[in-house]
Amino acid sequence: MEPAFVSVNWTKMYSRDYFWDAYWYTLGLACVSTITTSVIAFPAAFALAFRTSENVRRWMIFFLIIPFFTSYIVRAYAWQVIIAKQGVVNGLFDLVGLGPYTILNTWLGTIIGYLTLTLPLVIILQTISLANVDRSLIEAAYNLGCNRIRTIFVVIMPLAKVGLIIGALFCFILSFGDFVSPYYLGGSKPPTLSILILDTTKSGQQWPRAAVVAVTMIVTLFVIAFAAVSLAYRNRIQP
Amino acid sequence: MHGNKVLTKLLRLYLGIVFVFVFAPITASLIFSFNSDRFPRIPLGEFSLTWYKQIWENPIVWEAMTNSIVVSLVVCFLSTCLGFCAAYTDFRYRFFGKGAYLGLALLPPTIPLVIMGLAMLAWLSRIGLSGEISSIVIAHTVLCTPFAMAVIRLRLQQMDPNLEAAAWNLGANQWAAMRDIVFPFTRPAIVAALCLTAAVSFDEFAIAWFVSGINKTVPVVILEKLQGTVDPQINAIGTFVFLTSMTLIIIAQILLLSRQKKRLNIS
Repeated sequence: MEPAFVSVNWTKMYSRDYFWDAYWYTLGLACVSTITTSVIAFPAAFALAFRTSENVRRWMIFFLIIPFFTSYIVRAYAWQVIIAKQGVVNGLFDLVGLGPYTILNTWLGTIIGYLTLTLPLVIILQTISLANVDRSLIEAAYNLGCNRIRTIFVVIMPLAKVGLIIGALFCFILSFGDFVSPYYLGGSKPPTLSILILDTTKSGQQWPRAAVVAVTMIVTLFVIAFAAVSLAYRNRIQP
Repeated sequence: MHGNKVLTKLLRLYLGIVFVFVFAPITASLIFSFNSDRFPRIPLGEFSLTWYKQIWENPIVWEAMTNSIVVSLVVCFLSTCLGFCAAYTDFRYRFFGKGAYLGLALLPPTIPLVIMGLAMLAWLSRIGLSGEISSIVIAHTVLCTPFAMAVIRLRLQQMDPNLEAAAWNLGANQWAAMRDIVFPFTRPAIVAALCLTAAVSFDEFAIAWFVSGINKTVPVVILEKLQGTVDPQINAIGTFVFLTSMTLIIIAQILLLSRQKKRLNIS
């Protein structure tokens, strides 16, 4: 491979439909994963922050750290076996006379994989930021006649904004770049950008094209990260 | 407050379900590793140690295990040293471009691992270092140093900068102040950084897969097994590694706690 300054790799890659398909699919999948994870994590973090004692919370966070010490690939493999057509989940559905459902090798499989990767981290980040919310402000909202649901949206969430957004950002970064879930749980059809990188290097030896994909991914991540951070720290309510 | 109690119960139930989801793959892999079926399904097959026996007799796994342990030990030492220096620089000095320095130092974990692996391989093969154990060490040190730096930096932020200045005034030279003031104060963070970086390096597969060549680490072996057929050996390896690292963490925790207790008794 000879180094030379050319733009041909860029024009080639950007004129391919499969590149843009992969780009939008990856972006969409990462967004769905971010929203799903944040929404699933929030009630759990809320319960940990407000409805458990300090001691219980510490133990729960310790338990949430445990998954970081298990291999992500092994967990993905375990899901592969669990959600397979003959697997445990469909076995349970069969007992109540439902199914079998195809979960493996669909986008749902990918999302389950992303959740495995990001959920513990997002819950921990959300719990920390929620636990730092000043309780007297919540009491004040109740006293002034604000109902529970409204208090969550109008008082608690703005106060915990930084942690919530940073959690979502981490989730986005991890899902956007991951290749294990879309490959082994999502069946890599259609491929995501990271799978495209693997294919172009491991089998095709098309390094410059892989670099084009990589740079596009990094630029996208930077834009999103910058937007998220400025959103998190804009008009921050000082405690 | 009747509604409140019901709500609390519902939230706790929800929390339970989330924990079941988080621990489902870990428990499943633990159970499947002792299960005789190649394709686990309900009802389970019988208890067996076949998969453990297979990995015990597999030289590739042993070699990968040695590689992984060597790599993560070297990496945790190197990246904690570098991370400590970077965090201390940030703590002690003000200089032009500090924001850029910090941003750059904390950048590597935000880059997707596939891209890091690709870039590392492109770079290391250009300088003739790809496919060695040392190339995994280099790549993992780059990945892990920001984690070490972040952990140590958090601890340094809690330290009063005047402490060091006071030591200098009392006649300690800079090395003595570092040894007797800064180092003891940051020791918990240093231990934490060592554990964290060792764990990250031991578990990392994407970068290692790109740069390792024939010197594979454990996660790379798992990844390559995964590309073949269903192989419950993966569960056995995963469970073995998990139990080992949990034991180490618990031992470290007990050691830290007992030392704290001792210190409390003295004071």
